[in-house]
Amino acid sequence: MGMRGMLAAAALAVGLIATPALAAKDQAVIGMVLEPPNLDPTTGAAAAIAEVVYANLFEGLTRIDGQGQVQPGLATSWTVSDDGLTYTFTLRHGATFHDGTKFESDAVKFSLDRARAPDSTNPQKAFFEPIKTVDTPAADQVVVTLSHPDGMFLFNLGQAAAVIVSSVSAPTDSTKPVGTGPFKFTEWVPGDHVTLDRTDAYAGPAPKLNKLIFRFVADPAAASAAVMSGDIDAFPNMPAPETLDQFKADPRFVVEIGTTAGKTVMAVNQRRKPFDDVRVRRALAMAIDRKALIDGAMFGYGTPIGSHFAPYEAAYKDLTGAYPYDPAKAKALLAEAGYPDGFKATLKLPPPGYARRGGEIIQAQLAEIGVQVELIPVEWAQWLEQVFKGYDYDMTIVSHTEALDIGIYARGKDKYYFGYDNPAFDQVIQQLNSAVDPEQRKALYQQAQQILSDDEAAVFLFQLAKTGVRNAKLMGMWQNSPIAANDMTGAYWAE
Amino acid sequence: MLAFLARRFVTLLLTLVAASIVVFTVLEVLPGDPALLMLGTEAREDTLAALRSQMGLDRPAPVRYLDWVGGALTGDLGTSYTYKLPVAQLIGDRLAVTAPLALLALALSTLLALPLGMLAAIKHNRVGDWGVMGFSQLGLAVPNFWVGIMLIWLFALQLGWFGAGGFPGWGAGWGGALRALVLPATALALTEAAILARVVRSAMLETMREDYVRTARAKGLSKGAVLRRHVLRNALIPVATIIGLQFGFLMAGAVVVENVFTLPGLGRLAFQAIAQRDLIVVKDVVVLLAAIVVVVNFLVDVVYAVIDPRPKQAG
Repeated sequence: MGMRGMLAAAALAVGLIATPALAAKDQAVIGMVLEPPNLDPTTGAAAAIAEVVYANLFEGLTRIDGQGQVQPGLATSWTVSDDGLTYTFTLRHGATFHDGTKFESDAVKFSLDRARAPDSTNPQKAFFEPIKTVDTPAADQVVVTLSHPDGMFLFNLGQAAAVIVSSVSAPTDSTKPVGTGPFKFTEWVPGDHVTLDRTDAYAGPAPKLNKLIFRFVADPAAASAAVMSGDIDAFPNMPAPETLDQFKADPRFVVEIGTTAGKTVMAVNQRRKPFDDVRVRRALAMAIDRKALIDGAMFGYGTPIGSHFAPYEAAYKDLTGAYPYDPAKAKALLAEAGYPDGFKATLKLPPPGYARRGGEIIQAQLAEIGVQVELIPVEWAQWLEQVFKGYDYDMTIVSHTEALDIGIYARGKDKYYFGYDNPAFDQVIQQLNSAVDPEQRKALYQQAQQILSDDEAAVFLFQLAKTGVRNAKLMGMWQNSPIAANDMTGAYWAE
Repeated sequence: MLAFLARRFVTLLLTLVAASIVVFTVLEVLPGDPALLMLGTEAREDTLAALRSQMGLDRPAPVRYLDWVGGALTGDLGTSYTYKLPVAQLIGDRLAVTAPLALLALALSTLLALPLGMLAAIKHNRVGDWGVMGFSQLGLAVPNFWVGIMLIWLFALQLGWFGAGGFPGWGAGWGGALRALVLPATALALTEAAILARVVRSAMLETMREDYVRTARAKGLSKGAVLRRHVLRNALIPVATIIGLQFGFLMAGAVVVENVFTLPGLGRLAFQAIAQRDLIVVKDVVVLLAAIVVVVNFLVDVVYAVIDPRPKQAG
C-alpha cells in the first residue's frame, strides 16, 4: 500500500474514532419505538404522531396536563351556558403560527369546521359531532354551539386530533407541520429522527430547552444500548422491561414507572357460543390470576383492573374483587353453564408483548379449567380486518388506550367487535353524554363500571404501566401518560 | 460476444417485468386495509371511504398496475400512503444509507476473504488451511445480528469508540456518517467473508491443479510468480461472480442489521411499509431490489465476457 497510503488510512481511522462532542445541555434526545407515519394528528391516528407534536408543536383550545386534567391552551378562559349548549372561549393574545400567520378566531373556526366536514379524514370525527355552529364574534373570541350537551367536550378539545391548524399550511402539515406551540419543526429524516427547535415567537411561558430530537429505535436491545451509551437522554416508553433493573442499579439513570390510559382486556365475541353466556365469561375471569399474568407477561409492571376504567381516574371504582382467582369455582360455573368438560377456543394475538406474552400465560391458566386455547398471532392489519371489522374471532387480547372510553361498550351488537348489548348500560352512557356536573358524571361512571363488571362484558385484565427511563438530570417530563404525548414544555436539565 | 450480451439483456428485462407482475398480484391478495391502519379504530366508514378514494384504491387492478408501471418508467414512483412523500425521494434517502453500507461491507469482506482464502489454498491441508476453514465455519454459523449486538456492546458501551446506533445523515459530515456505518458493515462483512474465503480457496485450488500451472512451474517460474501471473487472475473469475451476488444480497438482506443499529436503510423501509400496508412503497422497493440484483449480475456477465475471451455456449 505504501507509506502515504498507510498514513492516510491511519489518519482516517483516528478521525473516525475521535470522541463525540458532548450533547449540549439545552437539548434533549427522546427515544421512541414507533416512528410517526406523518406529523399531522388531525389526519392520522397513530399515537406516535401525538407523541412528537402534542403540546410541543401543536396546541388546542384546551390542553391535557400530566395528571389528565383539562387546562387552558389557546383558549385562556371559557364560559359554558347553563343548558350546556353554548361555549364561549376567550383566545390567547399575540399567538402566532410558526410561519408568521397570526392566530385568531378564524383559525379556530377553520380547524373545527375542517375536522367535522363530511369529507374530513380526521380520525376522531366523533369528538366534533356535537358541534352545530362555530362563530367568531371577535378576533379573540369563539362561540361554539352544540346540538346536545357533551360532558367530554372540553377534554376532547384538548386531545391531539383537535389541535388548531392554520388554513395556509394545513395541506402540508403532514410533512412540514406548522402550529402555535413553543417548538417549531426543523427537520424530519424519515427512519431516523425528527428535530424541533424552540421558537422565540411563542406567546406563552418559554420552555427551558432549545432543541428536541425524537429518535426512533424499534429494536429493544438497540434502545437499551442507546440509553446506556448516552445517545438518547430519555425513553418514555422503554420497549425492553427486562432491562429496567440494569438502569435502576445505575445512578446515572432514573426509572419512572407511571400509569397510562391503556386498559388491557381479553375481549370475547359475544355473538358466538359459549361467550354469550355471562356464566362462561365470569368463569373465564375467575380462571385468570391477574397478578401472575402481570408478573409473567409484563415483568411485574401493571395494575389489575376489574372494569373498563383506569385506576388513576377520579371516578374509578375498584371492582377487582368481583371475580377473584378461583379455578375450582370457575370450573363449577362452567359446568353449571353446560360445559363440564370445558371447550375449545382460539385466541387471536396482535403484535405487542402484552398480547403475545400474556396470551401464553392465559392459555396455561385456562387449560386448568378445561378450556383449550389455540393461540393465533396476527399482525395489526390482520387484527383490524378479521377481529375489529370482521368480528371473526373467539377471544383476543388488546389494550384500549383512549382515555375515558367506557362508552365503546354502548356501540351496539352490530357496530363494535365485542358484540355486547345491554340497554341498561346504554342508558347510563346516554345520560353521561349530556351530563356536565362533575359529581353527577362521577356517579354515572361508577354505575357504568359496575354494570360492565356484573356482565363481565370483557375479561378485564390490567392497566398498562408506563415504563420510562431517563437521564437522572433531565427533569420535568411526564411520569404518567393520561394521553399519548411527550409534553417537553416543562422539561429542563438540573445541575 | 455481443449476441451473448444482447440475450442476457433481454432476459434482464423479462425478469423485471415478471417480478413486477408477481409483486403486484401478491400484494393484491394480501389482507389489510391501508386506510384503516392509517386512521385507526375510531374512524368512521365515510372517513375511510374518503381516504381510500384519495389514495386511488377504489380503481380496478389492471388500471392501477399500468398506472404504476407507466409512472415508474417516467421516474414517478408514486406517493407513499403513510409518509405522504414521493416514494422516489424516500427510496433515494434510504439508498444513501444502504448502498454505502453494502459497498463498505463488501470491501471489508473482500479485504478479509482474499488473503485468507489464498492462505488456505497455499497452505492446503496444513494448519493455515484448517484455521481459515474453522473461521469460515464460525462466520457462517453465527447470525450477523448477534455479531452486531456484540460489536455494540464492546465498541460502543464498553470502549465508547462508536455510537450505539443511528445515522446522522451525510449532511452532518462524512466522518460522522462513515463512523455510524463501520460497526454494521463489520457485522455484515464477517458472514460474507466466511463465504467468500471458501470460494476463493476452492477457486484457487482448482486453478492450481490446471495443466498450464504445472507447465509454468516446470518452465522454472517461482511459486510466487505463478500465483501472481496465472492462478490469481483465473481464480478471480468465479470469485467476481460471487461478489456480485453478495452485493445484491447485502442490499436486500441487511434489514436485520439495520434494525439492530437503527439505520434508516432500504430494508427497514420495506419492513415498516409492510407492517403499515404502505403498498406503493413495498411494490417499489421489492422491484427495485430485484432490479439491482438482476443488473449487478448482468454487469458481472459483461465483465466475465470481457476478461474471458473463450467463446460462450448458448445461454
